[in-house]
Amino acid sequence: MRIELQGITKRFGQVLANDDVSMTVEAGSIHGLLGENGAGKSTIVKVLSGFISRDSGNVLFDGKPANVRTPSDAMRSGVGMLHQDPLDFPPLTVLDNFMVGRGEVLSKGLFSGLKFVNPDRARQEFRRFAESLNFSINPNDRVSDLTVGERQQLEIIRLLSLGVKTLILDEPTTGISADQKTALFNAARQLASEGKSVIFVSHKLEDVEELCDRVTVMRSGKVVGNVDIPCPDSVLIDLIFGKELAPPLKPVTRQSEPMLQLNNVVVKDDRLTLNMGDFTAYKGEVIGLAGLEGSGQQLLLLLCAGLIKPASGTITVDQSDMTQKPYSDYLKHGIGYSPADRLKDGLIRGLTIHEHFILRNPSQKLMIDWKGSHQKTLEAIATFNIRGKFNSQVERLSGGNQQRTQLALLPVPLNLLLMEHPTRGLDIESTLWVWQQLIARCQTGTTILFMSSDLDEIMQYSDRILVFSGGQVSAPIETSKLTVEKLGQMIGGRFVEAEPASI
Amino acid sequence: MLNRTLTYQLGAIVLALVFTMVIILLAGASPIAVFTEIISGAFGTPGQFARVIATLAPLLICACGLLFTFTAGLYNLGIEGQIALGGIATTFMLRLTQDNLPPAVALFLAILAGGIGGMLWGLFAGVLNIYGRINEIFAGLGLNFLADGLALYLVFGPWKRPGVASMSGTEQFPESLWLPTFGNTDASPIALLLALISLAITIVVLGRTHFGLKLRAVGQNLRASYVLGIPSIRQLLSSFAICGAFAGIAGALQVVAVFHRLIPNISSGLGFLALLVTLLAGMNAWLLLPIAFFFSTLNIGSLQLPLDLNLESSLAGVIQGTLVLFVILGKGFSEWKRGTVGR
Repeated sequence: MRIELQGITKRFGQVLANDDVSMTVEAGSIHGLLGENGAGKSTIVKVLSGFISRDSGNVLFDGKPANVRTPSDAMRSGVGMLHQDPLDFPPLTVLDNFMVGRGEVLSKGLFSGLKFVNPDRARQEFRRFAESLNFSINPNDRVSDLTVGERQQLEIIRLLSLGVKTLILDEPTTGISADQKTALFNAARQLASEGKSVIFVSHKLEDVEELCDRVTVMRSGKVVGNVDIPCPDSVLIDLIFGKELAPPLKPVTRQSEPMLQLNNVVVKDDRLTLNMGDFTAYKGEVIGLAGLEGSGQQLLLLLCAGLIKPASGTITVDQSDMTQKPYSDYLKHGIGYSPADRLKDGLIRGLTIHEHFILRNPSQKLMIDWKGSHQKTLEAIATFNIRGKFNSQVERLSGGNQQRTQLALLPVPLNLLLMEHPTRGLDIESTLWVWQQLIARCQTGTTILFMSSDLDEIMQYSDRILVFSGGQVSAPIETSKLTVEKLGQMIGGRFVEAEPASI
Repeated sequence: MLNRTLTYQLGAIVLALVFTMVIILLAGASPIAVFTEIISGAFGTPGQFARVIATLAPLLICACGLLFTFTAGLYNLGIEGQIALGGIATTFMLRLTQDNLPPAVALFLAILAGGIGGMLWGLFAGVLNIYGRINEIFAGLGLNFLADGLALYLVFGPWKRPGVASMSGTEQFPESLWLPTFGNTDASPIALLLALISLAITIVVLGRTHFGLKLRAVGQNLRASYVLGIPSIRQLLSSFAICGAFAGIAGALQVVAVFHRLIPNISSGLGFLALLVTLLAGMNAWLLLPIAFFFSTLNIGSLQLPLDLNLESSLAGVIQGTLVLFVILGKGFSEWKRGTVGR
């Protein structure tokens, strides 16, 4: 199906997620959608598939205006989306999942108007689709036992059986095996050859170049270019990042003694296996973790914070082996973690700043010393410049003041600080203040590892940079030696040119 | 913002009253008659008032215990079983000591045993919840059945009355092992004192100690409190144990102050009523006493209804349930209006 999007605009509060986005996807083609984190790719495909309502703009299917308000509207028009995290029902079997949302409406009799499914017929239909796409999944398996790749296959079969004429694939190649990727790409090509259209959302240059006929590149909510594939990497990278890298701002604070040493470390979660290998960070050093979100940066931070355990390998902090130590020992060793989702992982809704400080400074006494802790809280509020009263509940503070509160709650002395998005959602003043504080800590020997989706922030404040892509990680690169070209390629998953560690 | 919340709360109470009035009218009675009947049923004679107090004591103790688990973000529906285990442990201890220890010592040990029995049962639910990954609601409800079964087995088996085993329970304990009462009524000063001590402990522990603050932190945000370095598992298990201990003491009072024997349904629904009390109080320990008193009044006062107005005494339950439902609805509605509840 030919899809036209005309002038789609979508605003979330202050953020313009899609700014007058227009693009055309021809029937029978595979159309790539490229861009950094937060470029607006997900928003536009969610608008198209009815998960998000647009503020303005038109959607045309085969030249006819379409009124897509809900996912079921989109399905009826023939647009189906394969989500990055499969939207299925893990406790049910593959066949049950396949049958959800389908069935025949009885036209007469006592139950007319109700939908019924015929499991035998559904099973046959399932087999037919699976065979035609060369997918091998057993309809009797439980979805919770399947790999992400198999769950994708199930979802594709389900969408096609519901008559989808345009299939949207949102970052489908993360977390699946090479064979599954081949099967997925073959299926996409087959669909295109049948006259259906496929929209392939990705950040992996090589996948896009291998599969797509044409690519639309987005940046900061806008379409910045449409190119036909094949196309040189450099053109795509220029379009995706579009700017010179910011110059480093940070004074040298690195000392010569190591603070954090990882040996042969492998970390896993249910999606990703991160092979860190060996890595050393030095006292006073700032390491920036670049890459698209969910590429493994967070795994590394959680590992170093002591919140998850490695599958193998050892972690040494300031000469002591921390590998099997409980989280409380990490805190005692001056290892602090500052999460991105402040009200979910860092601060406690309903409790005041004062109460947070009491919790953070454990006392052996039974009763709370309200007066003494009150004094200390006032001092911390002044030191950290928190605009809020000691009895303000944390959820009433602004993002910047929540971040200041989080910084104030970190262990003292601080040896190692793991930060997710240090300045996300902060205004310029708070951003500068936060980094001024962080650099001051580095000068006293604190080592910082931080992830950020803001490349400028990483360039400005890091001594060295690790680039992550789908669980791969680069050797550390001196910030001064990094070019936008190289960074873009590595974020896009091409590590061939990565150089060995320079120190 | 506080004002708006308060407005919704008051509005909810008014709505609940209107709703119950409509129900009373539909049942063919006059709301005013019902109201005066309940008041006179609860406060008409010293004996009736004493019965209100006798109901209040264990109810307040249970509600105090539940405030600990609520603060930790847990719905301890296993409280009924914890009361029953308290009653069973008390009976066990009394049977063991009644012939060889002075009554005061025996009673003290029995109430202590009740507390320990309830605590272990609460801890059991906690272990199932935390280590067995079973939702505390289901763990608690399951253990309630077990506790009931155990009580039934004991009443009809090893502890049966000589000759006749019946639902009326075990052999009554001698009067020397009854808690002393005000005059010739049902109310026991010791039970009342225990209830007030429980309330004082609850207010102090939850409001003034590090333990209470940590419990609030864990209840509000388990993940963030772990990141802040609070040993959350210990906090959660403690709240189960404390609630169980309070419930166990309430069960002990049911044996030594109310029934003077073990009966199969020793909790008499006290735990679930206490859940309503605590739900209504929200997180505010100071509200427990007035609400528990109000609920006890309704329960005792409504006993008169069938006699004089030909209405079911379960009307008290209808009023209590309606009140809780409307107040919780009011809370949800005010949060929804404020937009703090996400999609």
